[in-house]
Amino acid sequence: MSTAIKNTVRLRWYKTGTLAAQNGLWRHRILNFLAVYGLLIVFFSSWQIASTQGWINSAVIPPLDRILSALWLGITSGALLDDIAISLQRAGIAFLASAGIGIPLGLIMGRIRPLERALDPILQLFRQTSALALYPIFILLLGLGEASKVFVIFWAALFPVLLATIGGVKEVDAKLLEMARTYGASPLTIFRRVVLPASIPSIFVGLRISATTALLLLIAAEMIGANKGMGFQVMNAQYNFQIPMMYAAIFLLAFWGILANLILVKLQRRLCRWSA
Amino acid sequence: MTTLTKTERGTVSVRNLSKSFQLNGERLDVLKKLNITLEGGKVLAIVGPSGCGKTTLLRVLAGLENPDSGDVTIDSKEVQGLSRERAVIFQEPRLLPWLSVLDNVSFGLEVQGTPKETARASAKKMLKLVRLSQFEQAWPKQLSGGMAQRVGIARALAVQPEILLLDEPLGALDAMSKISMQEELTRIWQEQNVTMILVTHDLEEAIYLADQVLVMSKLNGTSPRLLDIDLPRPRDRSHQDFVAIRQKLMTEFGLH
Ligand SMILES: Nc1ncnc2c1ncn2[C@@H]1O[C@H](COP(=O)(O)OP(=O)(O)O)[C@@H](O)[C@H]1O
Ligand SMILES: [Mg+2]
Repeated sequence: MSTAIKNTVRLRWYKTGTLAAQNGLWRHRILNFLAVYGLLIVFFSSWQIASTQGWINSAVIPPLDRILSALWLGITSGALLDDIAISLQRAGIAFLASAGIGIPLGLIMGRIRPLERALDPILQLFRQTSALALYPIFILLLGLGEASKVFVIFWAALFPVLLATIGGVKEVDAKLLEMARTYGASPLTIFRRVVLPASIPSIFVGLRISATTALLLLIAAEMIGANKGMGFQVMNAQYNFQIPMMYAAIFLLAFWGILANLILVKLQRRLCRWSA
Repeated sequence: MTTLTKTERGTVSVRNLSKSFQLNGERLDVLKKLNITLEGGKVLAIVGPSGCGKTTLLRVLAGLENPDSGDVTIDSKEVQGLSRERAVIFQEPRLLPWLSVLDNVSFGLEVQGTPKETARASAKKMLKLVRLSQFEQAWPKQLSGGMAQRVGIARALAVQPEILLLDEPLGALDAMSKISMQEELTRIWQEQNVTMILVTHDLEEAIYLADQVLVMSKLNGTSPRLLDIDLPRPRDRSHQDFVAIRQKLMTEFGLH
């Protein structure tokens, strides 16, 4: 009898104990969330309130709900789908090409000193010349179609990943290379088993900058000389005073940037679990 | 004199070995006509003040540096450059951070063409030898300095070298782990029957581990001398013979 009471008491105490612990955990989570996203929430709430209350000109800065419904309408009606598809295609091809050429070229240049020394000045020159300044030349060479657009994006996105890869390869700890050598590893084995894994973190830093650059150039190129694509939509909407649509296009582009970065970070974590 | 019973594999002899470097346009003679003979299966410790050329000698013995003149023979065969009968353990463990402890230990074998499964099986045995079996799946950065160094030793032993070359392998450890690692090294050496050549700046470590000590002095000082340590193992650091040898080395060579 008394033991039963004791047990229930203990049980209740145990339950309230975990409940308190859970409350603590939730409070911790919420505080954590607010610490990270608090300012963003404040920013968007102020935007929404200021715009609906008329504190700011809602013709220039419309409330968020109108922007989101414009976005929703654009996607569901299919009006934006062509633009989304063509933009993703342009940026995607250019980014993949920059990675596909930049990484192998960087790996080779980082390993072969004379080659790197010979190519470095011209790389620096190209890199310091704004890709957009070269766009007219690309148009002259490749025409006004897809090729020149993809190429200008590729051109700008190439340098971050290329230079980061070269840097990563050059910074591989010489002591590790020597260690591998003492076990009789051939240059190819050393490359595959030491240089490549050691360079992966730098390569990802480059890839992330390249992805951001690709989106930047995508928008610029589409604003300058396109009649389709999200960059074109931003300009076109502004031109036709479809302001919510303009913001919708901007938001979508921002979302792509965040998404691309997120995917690359996840992939990097996957490949570099050892450094986590 | 050390007891010379049988000739074993891993006999090292160094004849008239010289090595110099060019430093700021000046010639720096680091090794001058050095002669050493070390029987297979024995331990040689190289001691001397910093900058006297210990690492240089070890790197020449490893084949990582070419001598200016003279030669190194192993089991009566002259060696040049790197070869499989020698494995090197550096002052830093030099583990590959992206490989698990087990994969680090099997790295040397895999690089030498041993199939992955076989290499891993040997690596497991070596991890057992250095008492790190529970850490097979750990990442190198999760290990303490002493543990990481033991992984490095396991990796070197996995390729079954005749000669193990160690450059201040315990130099970065604290006093306590150092002493336990010296005991570990003695045990591993006894179990593996390997020739060991070990650089150290710790005189006591040299006397504790070695059959012979090569005492080097400052550059352009007196020429190196080879000394036999004739104490039974396991050695007792406080034994009077141990202390006497240390005393003798300290006074005779001005070492500390
Ligand atoms: N690669 C090199 N180039 C020029 N000088 C060197 C090189 N390696 C070592 N030395 C010089 O040789 C001397 C001996 O160096 P080292 O063998 O590293 O000494 P220890 O290992 O005994 O401290 C030092 O004076 C050092 O500066
Ligand atoms: Mg040294």
